[in-house]
Amino acid sequence: MPSNGIPLGTPTKVTQGSRTKGGIGESTLRPDGTLKVTGEFAYSSDMWHEDMLWGQILRSTVAHAEIVSIDTSEALALPGVYAVMTYDDLPTDVKNYGLEIQDTPVLAHGKVRHHGEPVAIVAADHPETARRAAAKIKVEYRELPVITDEASATAPDAILIHEGRDDHHIGHVPHPNIVHRQPIVRGDAAAAAARADVVVRGEYTFGMQDQAFLGPESGLAVPEEDGGVHLYIATQWLHSDLRQIAPVLGLPESKVRMTLAGVGGAFGGREDLSMQIHACLLALRTGKPVKIVYNRFESFFGHVHRHPAKLTYEHGATRDGKLTHVKCRIVLDGGAYASASPAVVGNASSLGVGPYVVDDVDIEAIALYTNNPPCGAMRGFGAVQACFAYEAQMDKVAAELGLDPVEFRRLNAMEQGTLLPTGQPVDSPAPVAEILRRVKAMPLPPERQWESSEGADVRQLPGGLSNTTHGEGVVRGIGYAVGIKNVGFSEGFDDYSTARVRMEVIAGEPVATVHTAMAEVGQGGVTVHAQIARTELGVSQVTIHPANTQVGSAGSTSASRQTYVTGGAVKNSCELVREKVLEIGRRRFGSYHPAWATAELLLEGGKVVTDGGEVLADLVDVLEDESVEVEAEWRHRPTEPFDLRTGQGFGHVQYSFAAHRAVVEVDTELGLVKVIELACAQDVGKALNPLSVIGQIQGGTTQGLGVAVMEEIIVDPSTAKVRNPSFTDYLIPTILDTPTIPVDVLELADEHAPYGLRGIGEAPTLSSTPAVLAAIRNATGLELNRTPVRPEHLTGT
Amino acid sequence: MRVNFTVNGRPQEADDVWEGESLLYVLRERLGLPGSKNACEQGECGSCTVRLDGVPVCSCLVAAGQAEGRDVVTVEGLAEYARQRAEHGGCSTGSCGTPGLPGLEGTPAAGTAGASPSLGGADGRPTGGADSHTGEGTELAPIQQAFIDAGAVQCGFCTPGLLVAADEMLERNPNPTDADIREALSGNLCRCTGYEKIMDAVRLAAARQGEAV
Amino acid sequence: MDFLRPASWEEALAAKAEHPTAVPIAGGTDVMVEINFDHRRPEYLLDLNRVGDLYEWEVGEESVRLGASVPYTRIMENLRAELPGLALASHTVASPQIRNRGGVGGNLGTASPAGDAHPALLAAGAEVEAESVRGTRRIPIDDFYTGVKRNALAPDELIRAVHIKKADGPQQYSKVGTRNAMVIAVCAFGLALHPRTRTVRTGIGSAAPTPVRAKTAEEFLNAALEEGGFWDNGKIIAPSVAKQFADLCAAASSPIDDVRGTASYRRHAVGVMARRTLTWTWESYRGARRTAKGAA
Repeated sequence: MPSNGIPLGTPTKVTQGSRTKGGIGESTLRPDGTLKVTGEFAYSSDMWHEDMLWGQILRSTVAHAEIVSIDTSEALALPGVYAVMTYDDLPTDVKNYGLEIQDTPVLAHGKVRHHGEPVAIVAADHPETARRAAAKIKVEYRELPVITDEASATAPDAILIHEGRDDHHIGHVPHPNIVHRQPIVRGDAAAAAARADVVVRGEYTFGMQDQAFLGPESGLAVPEEDGGVHLYIATQWLHSDLRQIAPVLGLPESKVRMTLAGVGGAFGGREDLSMQIHACLLALRTGKPVKIVYNRFESFFGHVHRHPAKLTYEHGATRDGKLTHVKCRIVLDGGAYASASPAVVGNASSLGVGPYVVDDVDIEAIALYTNNPPCGAMRGFGAVQACFAYEAQMDKVAAELGLDPVEFRRLNAMEQGTLLPTGQPVDSPAPVAEILRRVKAMPLPPERQWESSEGADVRQLPGGLSNTTHGEGVVRGIGYAVGIKNVGFSEGFDDYSTARVRMEVIAGEPVATVHTAMAEVGQGGVTVHAQIARTELGVSQVTIHPANTQVGSAGSTSASRQTYVTGGAVKNSCELVREKVLEIGRRRFGSYHPAWATAELLLEGGKVVTDGGEVLADLVDVLEDESVEVEAEWRHRPTEPFDLRTGQGFGHVQYSFAAHRAVVEVDTELGLVKVIELACAQDVGKALNPLSVIGQIQGGTTQGLGVAVMEEIIVDPSTAKVRNPSFTDYLIPTILDTPTIPVDVLELADEHAPYGLRGIGEAPTLSSTPAVLAAIRNATGLELNRTPVRPEHLTGT
Repeated sequence: MRVNFTVNGRPQEADDVWEGESLLYVLRERLGLPGSKNACEQGECGSCTVRLDGVPVCSCLVAAGQAEGRDVVTVEGLAEYARQRAEHGGCSTGSCGTPGLPGLEGTPAAGTAGASPSLGGADGRPTGGADSHTGEGTELAPIQQAFIDAGAVQCGFCTPGLLVAADEMLERNPNPTDADIREALSGNLCRCTGYEKIMDAVRLAAARQGEAV
Repeated sequence: MDFLRPASWEEALAAKAEHPTAVPIAGGTDVMVEINFDHRRPEYLLDLNRVGDLYEWEVGEESVRLGASVPYTRIMENLRAELPGLALASHTVASPQIRNRGGVGGNLGTASPAGDAHPALLAAGAEVEAESVRGTRRIPIDDFYTGVKRNALAPDELIRAVHIKKADGPQQYSKVGTRNAMVIAVCAFGLALHPRTRTVRTGIGSAAPTPVRAKTAEEFLNAALEEGGFWDNGKIIAPSVAKQFADLCAAASSPIDDVRGTASYRRHAVGVMARRTLTWTWESYRGARRTAKGAA
């Protein structure tokens, strides 16, 4: 788009609608779309380097044992093997890592604490050679009893999973096998219970869910001439990885270069390190590039899972349908290492009553250390487990009161100004009643859609292609649920992001380049960053620089925070760039038109315009051969930790609300479920990219559906070993399991957030599961206190 | 062992193949064609779907040696495959067969491997630009364009397999019902989208295909 | 590992005779999973993809001779009339991609109790054509499954084809899985009505160490149908008879608890599937009789 030759100083009216195209609010398409549909997008597992080696990890075959001996001699003797490393080969005194608590050994030392823990690593010239070598490493274990639940973890004589804890939670936990405990007490729940006309109690179980991102953990570490290493990696947060990797390697952070490779989904499963340090260690040891790619089996051991939970709830209400109080106790199984457990406890407790007005609450949440697989972040992060339980309770109370479940929820729905159990006011729109009203108002799907002129279409019935019913035993059910999720990192975390934005003229056109370290994991952050730059800088051409550690931290792609925080950082840096561009403009052309000094100036359509729409100059003419670049940090308003005894505190930044209506058909005789429709209404504040917003809501909804009816990592309670680490037995929904997902999007601006936006990715994962469960209860009349629901639960067998 | 076969119309040769290697591994690690993805390696996700003598299969479950002398189309060759199909009508190679007897015709003349693998595009790849979604200079198959336009791509790891499967379904069944689409794609897992935008994309491609006729 | 690539059936038999531990690979849908996940490192892989006649079938007077490697997709598309039970079973196999590669020979060779084809073969009645350099024999399907993932093949034998009785009446097949597609059977059930011999045959999958028939249930139902003249009068089968049949089918299974389901659920589900498939096939039989009468 060359300069249109408007003489300087001759203002021209710019008509409305000539605003820069491709800005925020439009459904612009992904900048990486073409590469992704042609197979050219380079995921971490696609990395290839001349002369590279393949890394392999030997993992423990038992869950809890002392390591008596490790013999690597046979493995080392195998032709094609370049290195075998164990704990003894670690180069520095830093031998552990961890997100918050550095309790995770890079390689096991003296003891293994869970099934599949890394014990040794191998580099060889072919993956099969590496596998054969790993198999030749002899590890002698002396097995210890396994700790698998609260009773065995907190028994007076329980073996301590971690001896000599010195982390900052040890002072306030009742037992060293408890990672963190957060009570939240407000009002007087006991006194309020006396006012209740009905009191409903329930015990609930949430199974262990896996993120099951499709691109397995993988990466390539390339040794560099300066003694450092360059890691091409799929992660959610480059700088967090860097902070954990460099000390173990004994390198300054400047010598560990990290570039984000293509990420095949994340959903929380890439917050913790997997093979990062292992690949770097082998590369530095051998002096050759080392690639590690987990297969699906290993992936189940290679990342943390969603905490399974036991939840005990008591809800009280008056006859007229007002909640009196909630008491609850949430026990999360964190497995062998802490990972994100403390923060998950914070979420589960602070959001434990849901989006309702309750003045008197008594909440306790804990996370255990056990010998089960480590658990940490997954989409919804503690709020998911609580939502499953409190929404089941809300239905029970409504039934007890004889009220419609949606009406009962609306009677108690929080709104702007409501205090959370933490005492923190919700200081932005909280349209809980409205999204419930909207989701209920959507038209219901027709009954018996499976009937056709040629008989029953089994593809539309429970059991699908397996041909289990032609309509026999099939009963429809409808259920509702709503949830509240915090956005961003809470509890006083310094949650900031950094953006470097540059503006210059290339080939006669103004071009903006946005460089952040944000991990694009599929969510579409790169699309949104380009939109923000177009809106703020009035250019059409935006280049998104590959994410790496050559720019400041962007924080994690999690907690629904990236559009808010890194989007906010991009917006902020663009504004700073704009100011500098206008400075140049004023310097060059200020004398030609008074508006340069007096009017509010914008950059639109490649031009400097006044807020009244007058064009003052072309950006091309303003910039000429100058370039303007700004790198700046941006943070959302600060939060504070929850009080360790009362849980009170301004702990959260923002909230996200979604409601679902599930329509299911259940084959009540065989206990098979077909979800017919999962309608969702969600407030998104401002949809920066409506197409992506809908995609996030539908994707999150489907993960919630998965854990409602099929997804569960099954751990043998007698051995703490994982029984189904494969896609044959850990099932995620196929396209035949997934219903239509109509979405109603509200945009009620949060004045604290950039453009008024809300983080959106997680909320739909919360309410989807309890809505499906409620619908199945509605169809079957069963109580169903656990998720996922399995056929044996529905058939009483 | 040595394996010779045709990929996306070009004869390819791979040497020193370990007998336990899959077709997927040979494509990805030996022929520089990493478009087919390695998500499960047990036939439970469809990310590695390619056409083997015209038939969609999981390339992770084809032993490399079984590909000897056969014709493979991967996502990297999908646009060209679709272009030829559009030009010649119907099947582009004459091998859009129903599954069954593998091609037993002679081994294609041995050429050296075409593409040489490289360090992906991890550094210096621009991914921006206002209209870069049209992929300047990149010719796309209609199903590829539809996936972009409908928002069916998020992380994109399932996308190559879904494209190969969806393209083959539309070749057989140009006017699929929703149930037909779901059945044809029931072997391809996606974890990001909830499949709704994938349904939209296939419907869009079918509609555009219908308009074009 | 060696990769043997016989170009003909004779070469394949010779290779298997020379290397009895060689693992045959056709569709690869079982073998490659085991190799990819490092569960198996056979000394020899015996590739059968180049043996063309394994991909062919012949429809005879009494039976269909189905080549061991005919993909499930082809069975679904081409043999629905002759082998309706097996065609339905084929449709439940894994995914379209797997159905394009896998065939009945692989199911029989692996002999997993969860193999989808087995209940349909048991219900229809079939013989496995096994061959070695020593000669050919036909193994009745009832004698083929000898244990968990074990079959009656000798180490030097390969499966060439399966001879399956052509349907002389309605057949049905049901499979329970915890997902609506691409799922391994929690349990499965096949049922075939054989009006010509006035018998009913069944097959149960994934609910015992091997695929089994519910013989007591068959005998009960055969007697009940005979006694009541049902084959001639085409009356509706009394719910009490269907229930008794279902209970006997459930009793014929001896399932275990595993990650895919509990034993008691499997027993229950076999009963439900037995009742439903009996209802579907019998309704179809009655419908066919009425149509035949109407035409006459």
